[in-house]
Amino acid sequence: MTRFYIEGVGLCGPGLEGWKASVPVLTGRVDYAPTPTAVPACALLPANERRRAPKTVKLALAVSTEACAGTGRDPAELPTIFTSSGGDGETINDILNTLASSQRELSPTKFHNSVHNAPAGYWSIATGAREASTSLCAHDDSFAAGLLEATAQMATMGQAVALITYDVPYPAPLYAARPVGAVFGVALVLSPAPSAASFARLELALRPGVGTPSSARPALEVLRQTTPAARSLPLLAALAGGTATDVTLDYLSDMVLNLNITPRPPAGWPELLT
Amino acid sequence: MSRLALSDFALVTCLGAGRAETIAALRAGRSGLAPCHFDTLPLDAYAGEIPGLEALPLSGEWAKFDCRNHRLAALALAQDGFMDTVAAARARYGAARIGVFVGTSTSGILQTEAAYRHRCPDGALPPSFDYARTHNTYALGHLVRDYLGLKGPAFAVSTACAATSKAFANAARMMAAGLCDAAIVGGADTLCATTLFGFHALGVIAEGPCRPFDIARNGISIGEAAGFVLLERPGVQHDASTVLLLGTGESSDAYHMSSPHPDGAGARRAMARALAAADLTPADIDYINLHGTATLAGDAAEDQAISSLFGNTVPCNSSKGFTGHTLGASGVVGAAFCALAIQHGFLPGSPHTKQIDPSFGSNYVADGRPARIDRAISNAFGFGGVNCSLVLGRAS
Repeated sequence: MTRFYIEGVGLCGPGLEGWKASVPVLTGRVDYAPTPTAVPACALLPANERRRAPKTVKLALAVSTEACAGTGRDPAELPTIFTSSGGDGETINDILNTLASSQRELSPTKFHNSVHNAPAGYWSIATGAREASTSLCAHDDSFAAGLLEATAQMATMGQAVALITYDVPYPAPLYAARPVGAVFGVALVLSPAPSAASFARLELALRPGVGTPSSARPALEVLRQTTPAARSLPLLAALAGGTATDVTLDYLSDMVLNLNITPRPPAGWPELLT
Repeated sequence: MSRLALSDFALVTCLGAGRAETIAALRAGRSGLAPCHFDTLPLDAYAGEIPGLEALPLSGEWAKFDCRNHRLAALALAQDGFMDTVAAARARYGAARIGVFVGTSTSGILQTEAAYRHRCPDGALPPSFDYARTHNTYALGHLVRDYLGLKGPAFAVSTACAATSKAFANAARMMAAGLCDAAIVGGADTLCATTLFGFHALGVIAEGPCRPFDIARNGISIGEAAGFVLLERPGVQHDASTVLLLGTGESSDAYHMSSPHPDGAGARRAMARALAAADLTPADIDYINLHGTATLAGDAAEDQAISSLFGNTVPCNSSKGFTGHTLGASGVVGAAFCALAIQHGFLPGSPHTKQIDPSFGSNYVADGRPARIDRAISNAFGFGGVNCSLVLGRAS
């Protein structure tokens, strides 16, 4: 069991335009109305990059920017963990189409954008972050894998971290082989000790064995089941609800992550006061 | 950080399969690079290709994972009794207490390249294409975890050419946090058109074999490799010949997607952090296995980083003239070469490097020689400006 705190959330998905705007939907106070994901323009990128950067980069930077805002932390000081179930499928598809054609000349920019850690690289360059950054994949369980790595980093390094998870559906023909449901990104700023910005405490336990993952609200359940990054929705709903609760996340079909979520007490964190 | 033992390691590069063939080639200074016939690049490129993978398909319950990357991974796992060492560890800790943290940059994309060339009349990929078990970045982790009968935490690290180095740091953290008791670390990358044509598009594929740190260096030769390590806390199963992971250091350049910071600041910070984690100083290091891919800018930046931190005293060189740049696998290859150098008392040379760039300040060693090496550093850097250094050392 490892304990840590949440200071900031960024969210971008279909009908989920930012964390604050999504709280009423996540708690069920407002009906969920899915609309195609609108990825906001990223002020961090230079004007020419803002247009031509891959969607994965724009999405990851949008949610990480939102998560950092209001935490009082300088993004440049935060180690980062990026996870995605499949990376940049649009760029990969372009490369694969070119390689299958008779003119096998690749774009150098597309080639360096095709690496799984491209959003991490753009984030580092845009914010001046020189701390460690990793980019992970665990297929459908990439969010859980990132949360586990974040837990391990906080436990061993004693530093706050940013966890960014994103997915963008593949175009055809890969889409038929791997039908990811929606453009969805989520970012969390996590810290091993409470701060003035911490609004919830998490206790994470990795448990061997098959478990039943928590589902999302019925209207959001299709999104959770079809989009790996949206497997974070039960956790996000718990954070939005502001009540103590438990959430179970799938991990590799034969393990689960159990999360116990406690909102900040009205009088603040007792462990911060002592 | 707490020291961890490399209880066993297994690797395959174009130098050969297993430790004996590898150290024999390193001692002989025998490069595994040869003219690249793997694909049809429009230049006289060399590659570190592993022969015979075409004849080693995965079969039975593993057939769905079959692709070049997994054939090579399975071949590496079969070397030097590695599977037996892992089985003993599994009996000791339990399958759920052994993690699997592997690195790869392109996973099984060669399979997808073929699928795009053999699309159905309606444009669909052939029905035999298995996305999750070949193309996906985690496919290698899935294979290795199941192949070794492990049930612990797992993921794939995909930070371009620093992937398998950073996997050591992930594993060390997971063990220190109590999330597992031991870990399989390593990974694989194999030749594919995506990287051959991609690096060619960047203008960094060498004509002829790559020549790290040479005045006439003109780019990389791509190689392929797989390597795996069993990491455990030091125990009774280890002895004086065991090599330890003493420290890891990671940093980001925050400079450019595909070029290193020219003064090597990020590389220097990764090495300094690894030394600090190991509680060592530059003077404690006997050998540095460089990233040294033989690009003009990359070698110059790494030389700056080495010179500024170590001066011109510590012998260093790159193994890319032996194996080519094995991309995501280069970190575990570098770590394994350091381990072999420590265990065999041999500092490997740098084939194809004839005249060291006179503007460089580091102590680059072109010719292999016997040498006592107690502690070594292995460097790996990648696209996106990721840097990772590992410090390895003799147990006693």
